[in-house]
Amino acid sequence: MNPYELQVQKKKELEAKQERTKAGRYYVPNTDIYESSAAILVTVEMPGVRKENVDIKLDKDVLTITGNVDFSQYEGLEPVYTEYNVGNYTRSFTLSSAIDRNRISAKVEDGVLSVELPKVKEATSRRIEVR
Amino acid sequence: MAFRFADPFEALLDLQRGLDATLLSDWFGSRTTGSGSFPPINAFRKGDDFVLIAEIPGIDKSTLDIEVKHDQVRIRGEKMVPRSDELSVHRRERIAGRFDRVLSVPMGIDSDGVKAEYRDGVLSLYLPLAERHKPKSISIE
Repeated sequence: MNPYELQVQKKKELEAKQERTKAGRYYVPNTDIYESSAAILVTVEMPGVRKENVDIKLDKDVLTITGNVDFSQYEGLEPVYTEYNVGNYTRSFTLSSAIDRNRISAKVEDGVLSVELPKVKEATSRRIEVR
Repeated sequence: MAFRFADPFEALLDLQRGLDATLLSDWFGSRTTGSGSFPPINAFRKGDDFVLIAEIPGIDKSTLDIEVKHDQVRIRGEKMVPRSDELSVHRRERIAGRFDRVLSVPMGIDSDGVKAEYRDGVLSLYLPLAERHKPKSISIE
């Protein structure tokens, strides 16, 4: 197999802890998380989600990202052959370091959401003195 | 007898025939010349025309190469995921690489009328039915 050949990543459906009142499936989006000395960078693949339908919530240490797919594109289309399911995306992460909430920035580009979570100044360099 | 009860075996045979028909038809069959199965594609019918939709998040539009010939569509490109060695990694799930996929649709495509759109990481291809494949009504002289 060609190692450079892209393989299909099967969509993972969310196993919800609580039930939802809204119809529709939820999937766990593929995510990259990187950390630099100053910030945590979260990149989430959410194809079909428009900028205005992305919801990012930070509650205590839990970051929740939700993206709702605009289904209007599928109106009037009759499916004849399908290889993947279309649904909304949601995923939560527990963050390890303190985040400066006021400086969180996010952007969506071609279905990829990038969130930059800057660490609180005190958290960036923490030196513990030994007495 | 004026009427017949529906024969359960007849119904089973109908099902069998239906299954065979899907297996034997060359709907997007394995006879494609492209190598990969990426991107996954959903196909829809819109009137006479076809719409193919594929999720390819985070691709540079200019690297996408779409070709249409007779009844075949070829989608080629490279998905890149920028990486930085200076950052520590917590999670790496997004994949990068080249892809080349060909699929056939069960109709002739009017290649001049094909429209492609890439928005929010979703590629949509509108494939109109070729004029010569459209049904013609014939008037009786």
